[in-house]
Amino acid sequence: MRHLISPMDFSVEELDDLLALAKDIEDNPEKYAHACDGKKIATCFYEPSTRTRLSFEAAMLNLGGSVLGFSSADSSSAAKGESVSDTIRVISCYADICAMRHPKEGAPLVASQHATIPVINAGDGGHQHPTQTLTDLLTIKNLKGRLDHLTIGLCGDLKFGRTVHSLIRALVRYPGIRFILISPPELRLPSYIREGVLDQMGIPYEEVVRLEEAMSDLDILYMTRVQRERFFNEEDYIRMKDYYILNREKMALAPEDMLILHPLPRVNEISTEIDDDPRAVYFKQAQYGVYVRMALILTLLGIEV
Amino acid sequence: MLNVSGIREGYVLDHIKAGMSLQIYHDLRLDEMDVAVAIIRNARSSKMGKKDILKVECDINSLDLDILGFIDHNITVNIIKDEKIVEKKKLKLPKQVVNIIKCKNPRCITSIEQELDHIFLLADPEKEIYRCKYCEEKFDRK
Repeated sequence: MRHLISPMDFSVEELDDLLALAKDIEDNPEKYAHACDGKKIATCFYEPSTRTRLSFEAAMLNLGGSVLGFSSADSSSAAKGESVSDTIRVISCYADICAMRHPKEGAPLVASQHATIPVINAGDGGHQHPTQTLTDLLTIKNLKGRLDHLTIGLCGDLKFGRTVHSLIRALVRYPGIRFILISPPELRLPSYIREGVLDQMGIPYEEVVRLEEAMSDLDILYMTRVQRERFFNEEDYIRMKDYYILNREKMALAPEDMLILHPLPRVNEISTEIDDDPRAVYFKQAQYGVYVRMALILTLLGIEV
Repeated sequence: MLNVSGIREGYVLDHIKAGMSLQIYHDLRLDEMDVAVAIIRNARSSKMGKKDILKVECDINSLDLDILGFIDHNITVNIIKDEKIVEKKKLKLPKQVVNIIKCKNPRCITSIEQELDHIFLLADPEKEIYRCKYCEEKFDRK
């Protein structure tokens, strides 16, 4: 049985197949409308999320399946002290596949070790968020036409931003990838990504503090939010949250064909005046998120259409 | 000089950093086994100044020595049979260590689920870096 816990769980070839399937779903949605008739997805969300949970639910509904689940730890048996391993054993009796978000890092891995259904990591603490990565890859592939030979600027909270960590791991497997890491010193990439992935694989990268220094060089600008819930200290959050705001002035420095991606929700790191710029593709990206989750559900359930 | 008699079959763990023998005694779970153990602390050593030595009389297949490679790969492991050293074992870094060290990341699932094993995987053999299997936090030896 397959799970998706880390973006590395799929080989490059498997990823290519998945992205091709997502593209076919986008082009021929009616072909897949009953692919999951009678199937159920459990969305087990131990911390609040709107778009990730809804996009999993939309994906399953688009495939003709149905959904069940919970959207906070308070409304689950975790509030009574049930362990993740016990919960997933029970969920395995109710559903055909499970998408799990948990504030503790590694919780979906624990679930996958005890599940009898495929488990999808829908975000674990500040660690991994592989389905956002699949969304990001599909967006880049479809709008740039390739996943290799790209200079990618990653901006904002690189320390706790799990989407960034997952995206780096996935992209380093393609040739000609270079990163520019744009963050305050306090929110730089953690060592397990910088040393454990970039240094170990000899991937070129620079670390800069100002967004303007990087703009002219980029094929992709990946913006992230400084997340309040990742801080232990409110003062640190308030001091850093407005460091990196993308506005028209900064966009004037960017190449004509640069794409702006953002996992959403944004707070104020991208000014709304940018939304109409053709380079701003973050809402399109949310749409791709549904297609890629549909492709993932089909792949993990082994359903061919 | 302190004198501890030889053993018929078992292990002599030599060149243990002074003060570490009790930890190794526990990590090898010798406290849970019905075996004869001599713990020699602060013995004189020309190479190390002071060192600890552990002598364990037991079946030579009964100990998992992988963990010693994690604690200190400079320890000399002498395997004894019929009162003679039959092998000097070279220690290697184990691929994983279970319940020897604890993950200190407050965001790790092991911080709230007590029954989970604390498992660390060897991520970089050259730099001897171990990372938590669940959250990938690096284990800091300091």
